[in-house]
Amino acid sequence: MAILSAGKAAPDFTLRSTPDQTVSLSEFRGRNVILAFYPADWSPVCGDELALFNELLEEFGKYDAQLLAISVDGAWSHAALSRDRKYHFPLLSDFEPKGAVARKYGVYDEKDGVAERALFVIDRSGVIRWSYLSPMGVNPGADGILKALEAMQSGTSLKQAVS
Amino acid sequence: MNAHQAPDLVVPVAANDHVQGHANAPVTLVEYGDYQCPACGMAYPELKRIQREFGANLRFVFRNFPLSEAHPLARPAAEMAEAAALQHQFWPMHDWLYENQEEWSAYGAEGLEAGLRAVGIDEAAAARALRKPDIDQRIRSDFMGGVRSGVNGTPGFFLNGHRCEGDFRSLAGLIAGLVERA
Repeated sequence: MAILSAGKAAPDFTLRSTPDQTVSLSEFRGRNVILAFYPADWSPVCGDELALFNELLEEFGKYDAQLLAISVDGAWSHAALSRDRKYHFPLLSDFEPKGAVARKYGVYDEKDGVAERALFVIDRSGVIRWSYLSPMGVNPGADGILKALEAMQSGTSLKQAVS
Repeated sequence: MNAHQAPDLVVPVAANDHVQGHANAPVTLVEYGDYQCPACGMAYPELKRIQREFGANLRFVFRNFPLSEAHPLARPAAEMAEAAALQHQFWPMHDWLYENQEEWSAYGAEGLEAGLRAVGIDEAAAARALRKPDIDQRIRSDFMGGVRSGVNGTPGFFLNGHRCEGDFRSLAGLIAGLVERA
C-alpha cells in the first residue's frame, strides 16, 4: 500500500505514549497535527530528525500544530529516549500489533519490520493536507512541514476573509 | 502536494553574515553549525584545511544552528561568539570554541568563560550586549533560515547556494569541481 496522500481522512488510532498512558489522534480534533513516523529509537543525535523537530515546537505552536512521533519501539524504550534527548513531545508506540498504525498510513517497511521515515500534516478536521515519504536514511528536515502549515493557514484565513 | 524537494539556501549571504574570504570568490561555502556538536567539531579542522587549500577561490560563511536541547551549551556558546563579534572578535572566538570543544563542554558555563579570557573579550561589554534581545534574535533567525533551507542536522553545508547531502569529507572534492568550472 502506498503512503496516504493529501485529501484522505487520517485514520484514527490509539497508541501508548508512556507505559501507562495512551494518546488518540481524535483527541487533537480542532488542532493541526504533525505525524512523524520514524524507523527506530536511538539513532545518532547530530543528524537526528526528532532533535531538530524538538527545537521547533514553538514554531509549530504558532500554527496550532501538535507533533506526534511514532515508531514500533516499546513504551519503555520511548520513555528512556525521551528523557535522554529531552524531547518535549509524545513518542507513540506502534508496538502491538506491531506496525498496525504505520500500515494504515501506508508507511510500514515489511522487510525490516519498522515504520518508514514519513511525515503527515493533518488539519483541524482530521484530513491529511500533506504527506511525504523520505528515503530511510535521509532526515527530511522541517521545511516541508512548515510550508504545508503555512499553506493551510493562508488558505483558512483566505476563506475567512471571503465569508 | 506530495512532492517535496529540499530547497536551496533561502537566505542569501549578506553584510551581517560572518564571512571569511573574498566576496568575488568563485565558491561560497555556508556552514550551519552548533558549537557543541561533536560532528561540527570534527569538521572544523577539515574546514580550516579546505580554506588553506582553496585560498582566494573560497569564501566561507558561518551561521548558527544550535540544537539547544541536545547540546545545552550550544546556545550559550553561540551567544558568546556573537557577543565577541560585536568586538570584532567573531572568528577568534569561533575558532577557540571548536578548538577547545571537548574541554569547555566538560566544564559547563565556567568552561565557556575561559574562552572570553583566552580571546581577550571585554567581559563587561559582552555581558551588556547579551542583556539586549539582538543576539538572541540573530541566533534564532540564523536557525530558522537554516530550517527553511532544509538543514536537518549539524553541520549543514551549502555550496554556492545548494545544499550538500554528504558529510564534510566530500566537501573538498565538490569545491575543486566548482573551482574548475568557474
